[in-house]
Amino acid sequence: MKKYMIHLNTRRCIACHGCEVHCKVNKNLPVGPFLCDISCTPLKKIGGVPRLEITFSTCRHCEDPLCVPVCPVGAMVQRKDGIVYIDQEKCIGCMACKTACPWDIPVQNPDDGKAVKCDMCMDRLDAGLKPACVSKCTTHALQLVELKPV
Amino acid sequence: MKKSVYSICGMCTVRCPIRVESQDNEVTWIEGNPHQLNGALCAKGTAGVAMMNDSERPQQPLIRVGDRGAGRWRKASWDEAFDFIADKLKTIKKDFGPEAVILSSRGGPWQGMYKAFIHAYGSPNYTNHDSTCGRNTHHASLSINGVGRKGFAYDIKNAKHLVLFGRDMFSSLRIAENNQTLDMLDNGGRLTYVDVRQTMTGVKATRFFQVRPGTDYALALGVIHQVIKKGYYDKDFLKRYVTGFDELCTFIEEYTPAWTAKECDVKEKDIIAFVEEIGEDRPNVIFHPGWNLARYNDSFYASRAMHILNVLMGNIEMKGGLFIPKGPGDCGKKGIRSIDCAKPDIKRADGIGWEYKHFDKGPGLAHLFINRMIAEDPYPIRAWIAMRHDPFSGMPDPEKQKIAMDKCDLLVSIDTNYSEFGWYSDIILPESTYLERDTPIVLQKGLKPRLAVRRKAVEPKNDSRSSWEIFTQLANRLGLEDTFAFKTIEDLWKWQLEPTGYTMADFEEKGFIELSDSPIFYDRDKLDGQFKTPSGKIEILSEKLDKANLPSLKPFVAPDKAPEKGMFRLIYGKVAVHTQGHTTNNPLLSELMPTNTLWINSKQAKKLGVVSGDLVEISSKDKSYNATVAAHVTDFVHPEAVFTTHGFGKAIPKQTRNYLSGVSDQKLMIGKLDDWDKAGGGVNLCEAFVYVKKSIRNTKGRAEL
Repeated sequence: MKKYMIHLNTRRCIACHGCEVHCKVNKNLPVGPFLCDISCTPLKKIGGVPRLEITFSTCRHCEDPLCVPVCPVGAMVQRKDGIVYIDQEKCIGCMACKTACPWDIPVQNPDDGKAVKCDMCMDRLDAGLKPACVSKCTTHALQLVELKPV
Repeated sequence: MKKSVYSICGMCTVRCPIRVESQDNEVTWIEGNPHQLNGALCAKGTAGVAMMNDSERPQQPLIRVGDRGAGRWRKASWDEAFDFIADKLKTIKKDFGPEAVILSSRGGPWQGMYKAFIHAYGSPNYTNHDSTCGRNTHHASLSINGVGRKGFAYDIKNAKHLVLFGRDMFSSLRIAENNQTLDMLDNGGRLTYVDVRQTMTGVKATRFFQVRPGTDYALALGVIHQVIKKGYYDKDFLKRYVTGFDELCTFIEEYTPAWTAKECDVKEKDIIAFVEEIGEDRPNVIFHPGWNLARYNDSFYASRAMHILNVLMGNIEMKGGLFIPKGPGDCGKKGIRSIDCAKPDIKRADGIGWEYKHFDKGPGLAHLFINRMIAEDPYPIRAWIAMRHDPFSGMPDPEKQKIAMDKCDLLVSIDTNYSEFGWYSDIILPESTYLERDTPIVLQKGLKPRLAVRRKAVEPKNDSRSSWEIFTQLANRLGLEDTFAFKTIEDLWKWQLEPTGYTMADFEEKGFIELSDSPIFYDRDKLDGQFKTPSGKIEILSEKLDKANLPSLKPFVAPDKAPEKGMFRLIYGKVAVHTQGHTTNNPLLSELMPTNTLWINSKQAKKLGVVSGDLVEISSKDKSYNATVAAHVTDFVHPEAVFTTHGFGKAIPKQTRNYLSGVSDQKLMIGKLDDWDKAGGGVNLCEAFVYVKKSIRNTKGRAEL
């Protein structure tokens, strides 16, 4: 059962790209891969003010992930709380996961050739903390939402 | 070993409070101080680690061996470097007098220490970057309120309406202020944004005026006109604390919304509707008087107009308005001590204090040194020490500056990074990054004043030193131990805190010491004495300006059009991911924005045959500098202007990521050191016109072999 998701309050987001860097640095990633992304639509005048839409995208942590069964070495793992992560010890960097993913989420780490993607900072979650992108969001626009059955 | 320290960020001059975790002398986590920012930090703040670990910054003292600017250096020990500088400074003092040395810094809370050094050496010539930043705003505030621009702060969170004239706050990224503004908007507040182009700040606004460049003052005059006409001002406040209102009413009569709309390229009905909103929201309407208003030749008067609008709102010293920042005395406490040394009684070389008597004498006006250095008037200048300041990036026309610098026997750059000035200098002293250095304790005034301190998170990675060490050790070689008496930072901190009764242990819990538990407001009926003008009142007609033969209420003069076809007014600005040229070589931040673009209006681009992404060639008016960058074609920049982000076009080969990347606005500003505001002191950085055309480099190219 999927337990967590990251939600962007677009009213507060100022597209400062802080989350992208907070994530990269926390995961010790070199120049190249990003595990989350802030993107803006082109400016369009609405009600006299040129506005744009901001979207935050990262791994969806699908309930039925296509990347997990396709991994030839069982490195792509879905936890009980729904977090899909890559076991870095097992990963061989074949990137089959990326091909299987409808959104091309996994990226290759040029340092070791292995696949990397958002794991919701599960080490931080397990320690009672929030993911890096949420913890340090400049304007507190990113929120960790805990999903509960109604 | 795991460690956690509270400290102060150093990636930009906002200096947000941070908490830094480290393990075995490696930084593992940086976040905004949870007690103040609830963890919030920007991309630059997190990229601090990348700066610290970057090999493309000076790692030990470097002494020039080739020609100035040739980039040939030899490594030196600190002892040798200090001896090199001290010997030259002693010779200069003997031959030309101590006043032949200028020390510039960026400014900020620790500048007292740098100033004390140069004063103790015997020179009055301390300066900072502010003539290309906040001087117009500062002098505008002084002329009206009798206090500098920091004499008021803004309770944005509780305001109902914030009005920003070109202040792109979501790119400047003062995190606390940004969150306050978003809180205000969440609570139903309004944000009005005025600029020649749309920005992220304007995207969040409830009202946007895209004005003709150089007409901020006109818009402010039109708003004052309508505010007075509709009676949307605080009569009691004006009667009690303000002089010159009647003269303002006479002066403002001709500046109707219809006139304003025509001058500014906006709609009359929008101005009227805006003033109606002000009528509803007052007194909790804050007109931000600007930050970097070193822009147009009337920016000083534009800032004065914004101050006047605040006065008309009667929003001073109230929740949701402007407030006077409080200090230790207001909390019944004693302040800290700081290293200080009185200014020597010698004429400043920039003319401030004797030729120009109406300016704040503190840092003077840096750009005014250049011509005087070339002319050796009033005396020769033989050394320039730049303390984490890059005059060649901050001020216009670096090639002109070099003519002045060539008169010097000594150019010193003290910096964490290579700067354009540093690359041209004779010696570079590498300062430890903010993550590797302790700094003296500082007072942060506010509704709840506090003491703050930067603590090093890790030991320096390279053979670098902290600024307090550099100045202390240099001072010792020059016999200035009386001013710089402390051997360790612990001794200095202890001496600073002695009068307060606090100890360093009091910083442990939150990283700062709060001097008051609750916000302090003065009684609004007893504000007499707070306005340090000659009359003690808020002066719409300034006695000080009168004495300098400058008008208090200056009639609006429409800005110049481009002098010829194919030329545009050059406007520069900031982005959220860079601190000007300071970060454009940071591996993580250059990845987010490796170069700048040129914003150009869609209709103008069509005439030039340019579509977004095409390369355009930008040249200075004398064609002595040009650069080629991609065009960003948009409706949301005024047709008379082109816009670019400051901090690019640097030419330091050791910085491989940003080397010659993009266009440098200041290199396009030929002759602009001489184009400055005689009333406000700011350089008119947005009064330059440049040539723009489609680049020949858009062709595919046919030959390879």
